[in-house]
Amino acid sequence: MSGSDAAARPDDASAPSGPSGKVAASDLLLSQVVREESGRIVAALARSLGSLDIAEEAVAEAVDEALRAWRKGGIPPNPGAWLTQAARHNALDRLRREKRYREKLAGMVPGVDSESAAQEDAWPNSPAELDDRLPLLFGCCHPALAPEAQLALTLRAVCGLTTAQIARATFSTEPATAQRIVRAKRKIGATGILLRIPEATDRAARLDIVLTIVSVMYNEAHLVAGGDAAADRDLADDALWLAGVIVAALPREAEAHGLLALLLFHRARESARSVDGELVLMADQDRSRWDQTLIARARAELEQAARLRRPGRWQLHAAIAACHADAETAVKTDWLQVLVLYDLLLGYDPSPVVRLNRAVALDRVGAPTAALTEVDALEGKLTRNHLWHAVRAHLLRRLGRDDEALAADLHALELTANDAERRLLAARTGR
Amino acid sequence: MKYVIMFTFDPELDAKVPADRMQGLYGRAYQWYAEHAAQIADGGVQLQPVETATTVKYGESGTVLVDGPFSEAKEVVGGFSIIDVPDLDAAIALVRTWPFLELPGWGVEIRPILTIGSQPEE
Repeated sequence: MSGSDAAARPDDASAPSGPSGKVAASDLLLSQVVREESGRIVAALARSLGSLDIAEEAVAEAVDEALRAWRKGGIPPNPGAWLTQAARHNALDRLRREKRYREKLAGMVPGVDSESAAQEDAWPNSPAELDDRLPLLFGCCHPALAPEAQLALTLRAVCGLTTAQIARATFSTEPATAQRIVRAKRKIGATGILLRIPEATDRAARLDIVLTIVSVMYNEAHLVAGGDAAADRDLADDALWLAGVIVAALPREAEAHGLLALLLFHRARESARSVDGELVLMADQDRSRWDQTLIARARAELEQAARLRRPGRWQLHAAIAACHADAETAVKTDWLQVLVLYDLLLGYDPSPVVRLNRAVALDRVGAPTAALTEVDALEGKLTRNHLWHAVRAHLLRRLGRDDEALAADLHALELTANDAERRLLAARTGR
Repeated sequence: MKYVIMFTFDPELDAKVPADRMQGLYGRAYQWYAEHAAQIADGGVQLQPVETATTVKYGESGTVLVDGPFSEAKEVVGGFSIIDVPDLDAAIALVRTWPFLELPGWGVEIRPILTIGSQPEE
């Protein structure tokens, strides 16, 4: 790897913080500018060079240069053009060093040494054409790549995160993350994976992989081991942003609207979810802290999805989140509706986690015994997941089996790596 | 792009498949080659059973001869062909129609062939 990751993303909690709030704000702005521009530039460069590997490296290097230059001298009036110019310069540098790409230089000659801004107009940036980042995103999420590789590469190439940030967000080390990204890029290049949105027959399945990666991105932000509940908001923000990019580019995809709605519902509850670094369960959250503007946006997305009349699992997840948003208090939750939605969801996604959540709804409609039976049936499938033990503990306690409940809570405590969740469980077991 | 497709299976599981079903699958595999002739650059070969394999391996004091395949995995390579298709998605779509994939234990590994200009950069 090059030294392109030397500069941590400015809003990274591990980066040295500036002397005043002003610096932090401008760093946040920097990272947003970078995110908005870098994916487009990677996509455009990859297309004209025919190499995602070189395009991505060139842009990462340009981002690094930009962060250093802009922190000192401020953001230029057209940061996209600045980054494009720098990335292109870096790409050409790399190409000149590599014999086998020399012939490709011929195709780039008009822009090779030009500093003129007019050249930039030739780069696809028009909102009228399909967002270039979508084919890039689908390529990064190709099923021939392992899910960890899909996630790391998407964060890097589409969202413009540094390797350090990705490593931290995905419970990995920097060398391992760097290697994962390099391998993924090379596999794309060597095996003939095209950066494109697949044709009709594969499209729904491939979109689902993309949406899953965005959802994983959102969830990972809350699971950073050793982190506090409020830490790494940024990755969740990246996920929301990316969900918005997908919806804007593919407005006819109901599931894309469904995922955006789901993430907006989650985001709306964010400030109530964590109080002073402590995790607060949904039932105990101060609902006046839920962001009604975000909830309204989430509802609008869900309605938009429903109008397309193509149901799917992300819309069902969002509909369940909507049930919670609708309830003024936890006891007013329409659990029967939630249960019905989970039953429908099982038709699309019979995964153990969905079955576990359905069991929770089953308990709330007054069937704790049936719920426990269902939870116990998942033994072996979710035994390494602390939530399974936590739900089981709750049900055992409801049924008066306190000793077993405590044992289950302790299992949950052992398994969780996240500080905030650990403290919540510790409070419950009196430790 | 050219890819080698390697057919792998578990001989123990295959041994449990009734002979007439196996016969039918061989017939359909034959048809498969005919139907996709345009995409098949080289029909390749089918290999003798894995019991016939001999492997020559690196040894610190000279090569070592082993009775058996290179890997101790249950699955063995049964043969290979070379296909020529536009991209990996096309290769996957073609391979998905391979009749033997109805049998447990079967797999088809898709590997691009190294050509000038596609070398890894390491």
